[in-house]
Amino acid sequence: MKVLVPVKRVIDYNVKVRVKADQTGVDLANVKMAMNPFCEIAVEEAVRQKEKGAVTEVVAVSIGPAQAQETLRTALAMGADRAILIQTDQDLEPLAVAKVLAAVIAEEAPGAVIMGKQAIDGDNNATGQMLSALLDWPQAAFASEIVLSADSAKVTREIDGGLQTVDVALPAVITADLRLNEPRYASLPNIMKAKKKPLDVKELSALGVDTAPRLTVVKVAEPPKRSGGVKVESAADIVSNLKTNGVI
Amino acid sequence: MAVLVFADHDNASLKDSTHKTVTAALALSGDVDVLVAGKGAGDVAKAAAGIAGVRKVLHAESDALGQGLAEAIASLVTPLMAGYDALLTPATSLGKSFSPRVAAKLDVAQITEVVEVVDGSTFVRPIYAGNALETVKSSDAKKVITVRATNFKAAGEGGSAAIETIEAGPGPGKTTFVDQQIVKSARPELAAAKIVVSGGRAMGSAEEFQRVIEPLADKLGAAVGASRAAVDAGYAPNDYQVGQTGKVVAPELYVAIGISGAIQHLAGMKDSKVIVAINKDGDAPIFQVADLGLVADYKSAVPELMDALAAAGK
Ligand SMILES: Cc1cc2nc3c(=O)[nH]c(=O)nc-3n(C[C@H](O)[C@H](O)[C@H](O)COP(=O)(O)OP(=O)(O)OC[C@H]3O[C@@H](n4cnc5c(N)ncnc54)[C@H](O)[C@@H]3O)c2cc1C
Repeated sequence: MKVLVPVKRVIDYNVKVRVKADQTGVDLANVKMAMNPFCEIAVEEAVRQKEKGAVTEVVAVSIGPAQAQETLRTALAMGADRAILIQTDQDLEPLAVAKVLAAVIAEEAPGAVIMGKQAIDGDNNATGQMLSALLDWPQAAFASEIVLSADSAKVTREIDGGLQTVDVALPAVITADLRLNEPRYASLPNIMKAKKKPLDVKELSALGVDTAPRLTVVKVAEPPKRSGGVKVESAADIVSNLKTNGVI
Repeated sequence: MAVLVFADHDNASLKDSTHKTVTAALALSGDVDVLVAGKGAGDVAKAAAGIAGVRKVLHAESDALGQGLAEAIASLVTPLMAGYDALLTPATSLGKSFSPRVAAKLDVAQITEVVEVVDGSTFVRPIYAGNALETVKSSDAKKVITVRATNFKAAGEGGSAAIETIEAGPGPGKTTFVDQQIVKSARPELAAAKIVVSGGRAMGSAEEFQRVIEPLADKLGAAVGASRAAVDAGYAPNDYQVGQTGKVVAPELYVAIGISGAIQHLAGMKDSKVIVAINKDGDAPIFQVADLGLVADYKSAVPELMDALAAAGK
């Protein structure tokens, strides 16, 4: 079975994000970029499924600027077999991303899509669910365990209050939550090997997909600052303070 | 403009996040209906009918709806949207799993975790783990929104809306429910609790987490939360996770014990009214947001806190 893994290039999760003074967005100039952590988990899962013999080919796909090739090389170094970049400098909304992925899927015909539940830039948590709706495929969002068989997947999902297990007929879209696995670090030999793996670049415009934005960003502002930073001497101080202020 | 609110419930009782989402809906329109989709959820529908400001309650029943299968809910909601201009759903994991499906079917944007309604098409939402607040204006004819309930006041009681039973829709399609494990707890629910006590990696084991965090939570009548590190290590169940990719809480009091305060954790609790932090590292970032920070080993500080609470009559 072929598995498609969409990956996104985002600000590294360790970077302190700064809002631009003109409130048009966040400052991306000279900021360290990396693969979205949830996409890493998705790549890791697809590669592990291949190592287990449940998957035969792992195809990584990214929609983004030329630099997203680096993100795809990371996926290849982790063990993906080949990669596709749908190149665009446009910042696409989840609906548009889902439509582009649907177009890629029409060509690639994978048996399953495994992708991150959320990208840590827009925090939308929407693309996987939208993709499955557009394809009329079943979805299993927020997966913490995936057991693949030939024509179905048994997925344990993180839900409000606990865990739920569902069985989805394949093809399906599965989105990865934090506890699905711990992604590996690519070894140097694998990074070298990844440079030789196939990476196709296609222009977004060639796909003929409507990616017009539905939302206009009016402004991006800094959240109100908390006035924290007060230290006390003892546990008793905490309680007396909470009592005085009527918190307890 | 008419708005459909999706009720958050566990088939037995209606969750407060529904009342808060109704408040967000009333900022858009006076015509607010609530959909109760579940199994054996008659009491929930009655409770929803009692929310002040609600025009009508739609009530649909099936196994798949009761199990919270996204495909079943989306296939029920999508055709209903012919009669509505907006769908507002509390941003729970269930809400987040089905709402984008509805948006895609309607060919409109999904607007996630809205914290403020500016006007009928303009909304504020956090991005980058809450390090920025984005104001977006939608050009879509219908708005599909999940609401961060903690940012809205709960609508009151005293309503007497009619309850209309509707068909359950086409069902879950190619998804089959297998089973679920719900953590049972006598404690208040994390997302709605007035006080939350959270433990981090410092606990070192599930036994220690239970020995330290649970009695303190009991004493305060608090819900229990955890950092991702504590959940990953198996000290606490997954649905205890507070943060960017876990639950967002905004209680009157948040007590963080042995939690460093990574931005991903802060994203889930920095709107708490009062933050107490106990950490042995005086430079831990949690202290930057703490109103009451105690630099100490939790092993001595938590028993002292318990004693001080007891002395204060708690
Ligand atoms: C994509 C992504 C999403 C994430 N989402 C979340 C999320 O939703 N929620 C979340 O919490 N994290 C999340 N994280 C993880 C986050 O970055 C941190 O790794 C995590 O919050 C750390 O948990 P912690 O504070 O318990 O552990 P640590 O950072 O290891 O901190 C432990 C703290 O305990 C203190 N300590 C140790 N011993 C004692 C003692 N005896 N007494 C007192 N203090 C002591 C230490 O000084 C330290 O500050 C996410 C990360 C990524 C990449």
